[in-house]
Amino acid sequence: MPRLGPMRPALLRQVAIFVAVFVTMELLAVAGEKSFLLTQVTMSAYYTLVVLGLSLLMGYAGQISLGQAGFFAVGGYTSALLTTWDLSAQRSVGWVAGAARVGLLITRTDAFGAQVLTVHPWPALVCALVLTMTVAFVVGIPVLKLKGHYLAMATLGLGTIVYSIAVGTARLGAADGISGVPPFPFLPGIGVGGSTGARIVNYYVACGILAAVMLLLQNLVHSRVGRALRAIHGAEDAASAMGVDTPYFKVRTFVLGAALAGLAGVLLTHFNGAIGPSEASIMKSVKYLAIVAVGGMGSLWGTLAASMVLNFLSLRGYFGTLDDAVFGAILIVVMLFAPQGILAIDLRRALRLLRPVRGAPVDPR
Amino acid sequence: MSLAFFIQYLVAGITYGTIYAVVGMGFNIIYNTTGIINFAQGEFVMLGGMVAVSLHPHLPLPAAIAGAVLVTMAVGALIELIFIHWLSKPTVLRMIIVTIGISILIREAALLVWGHDVRVLPYFTGNEISSISLGGALISPQVIWAVAVCAVMVMLTTAFFQWTMLGRQMRACASNRVGAAVCGLPIRNLVTLSFALSAGMGALAGCVVCPITYTQYGMGTGLAIKGFTVAILGGLGNSLGAVAAGLLLGIVESFTVSALPAAYKDTVSIAILLGVLFLRPSGLFGAGAATRA
Repeated sequence: MPRLGPMRPALLRQVAIFVAVFVTMELLAVAGEKSFLLTQVTMSAYYTLVVLGLSLLMGYAGQISLGQAGFFAVGGYTSALLTTWDLSAQRSVGWVAGAARVGLLITRTDAFGAQVLTVHPWPALVCALVLTMTVAFVVGIPVLKLKGHYLAMATLGLGTIVYSIAVGTARLGAADGISGVPPFPFLPGIGVGGSTGARIVNYYVACGILAAVMLLLQNLVHSRVGRALRAIHGAEDAASAMGVDTPYFKVRTFVLGAALAGLAGVLLTHFNGAIGPSEASIMKSVKYLAIVAVGGMGSLWGTLAASMVLNFLSLRGYFGTLDDAVFGAILIVVMLFAPQGILAIDLRRALRLLRPVRGAPVDPR
Repeated sequence: MSLAFFIQYLVAGITYGTIYAVVGMGFNIIYNTTGIINFAQGEFVMLGGMVAVSLHPHLPLPAAIAGAVLVTMAVGALIELIFIHWLSKPTVLRMIIVTIGISILIREAALLVWGHDVRVLPYFTGNEISSISLGGALISPQVIWAVAVCAVMVMLTTAFFQWTMLGRQMRACASNRVGAAVCGLPIRNLVTLSFALSAGMGALAGCVVCPITYTQYGMGTGLAIKGFTVAILGGLGNSLGAVAAGLLLGIVESFTVSALPAAYKDTVSIAILLGVLFLRPSGLFGAGAATRA
């Protein structure tokens, strides 16, 4: 990456901090005999992938999406369906036998001890990503011509369609979802999911994936593409007049965001061993939106921090039955008082306002 | 399909259609005065039904309904005063997110107060099994109540905007905010009023359909999507267009239920919404522009 020369020291420092924070968290959790907390951190890391995609779409391309949970579900359900669909009865059929011979299918033992023949998780991942990106591409072209309310409602509608398909289709487990999804063989001996004994391995795999995605996104936003996206956010007509192919960049970002959501869906489904329709619900999409709002649209590190903290608190159940209400309140408060995200609040200026003064009131600005 | 079945589905469609029409009009009233699409519109319908159900044991039915409408109007006005009144020039993205947050808060508050249970008001006249026969189809008297009340409400609202001073002031505010302000109209108060009016309409609709469709804390989102579909279909800001589109959507939905599994009922209206947005964003009757926003 020679053309990113001036960027690299800053990027390296950020990555070093990232690694240091996550290794410290792991060591502290293990030393404090609270390593069970790492399970929720791992899940938060996967949800963070979805949120990063949305942050890119909202902060850089300036487009809202209330359908992010839908893409998560498309990825997760595709992978879950393919890796649990037992094909052993069709073993003699030509294409099944052929696929099994080239390694696309594997024989494994399911939770009940029966031998099943299912799609290998890697080709299932590829299918899931291709499907998610295709859906995003096909839908994105007309949807991203819309703006403001129309875009919000259209993406909300898409999310609702995915949800009602998940709930209404018996093959997808209807209200129960799909369970018994096998661990994902990430590298030989290292899997996503499986027993609680593999908790620390899972944690580092998730952090590694998150770090890799962060690196790629940082490179993206500091490249020509990133500048084009910020130009679109700033003033779409002006960007268009300057020769930025606005529809192309918007659809591209939408597809990238969907791919990240789909990837998170696949990995989290393997990690949990199951997926249910609640993953596709509107409330999930709204939560992602709230997290991006807190982190600050367009601030990838802010979004990452907000996502890890809020997802962790939510998954540990700190908000109890008020979980949805907390996210609703967060949305309102952040949007009313700090629309640039809470990291953008200028604390020093705010504190200066509280300093006692003598004489006539002076505006510190 | 026999004639009786046809009429049965048609009447069911018209019943739902009138609700969609009222929600769509609610969207229009707020959109006209503020340029905001209020994503919490469906929650007003839910609140109306819920409050009426809670008041009914203590008050006669008409008083309970009037109370529910007033309470919901107050909630609508309060929402505007707390969250929107003091913002000077909010961006569209910001307002969308704020109203989404408001809709979640109302829904969660309703969940805390009324729980998961489905609530129901008694039939205004007759009961669950009384019916009127029309061409072989059996029609519940409550359906006639719902359609009649909504029709009167639409007419009164139209008359209000056409012929009263207040209505004209609100229209002035809609067509040119700056101009209206220059003429000395209290713009901000008119905006508060539009929220109250829109909330009241939703609440009344929520009361009259409560005996048929029941009321549950989470019903708002679906109604909001349908109301928005109707508002777009009729041309955003065009109230009579919304009525026509509402009836159309209700009837289309009702007949798709006869052909498709009920789980896909909502999918049909969303598909219509997306189709209209993609192909004819100005609506069937309007000349707005979805890309402008």
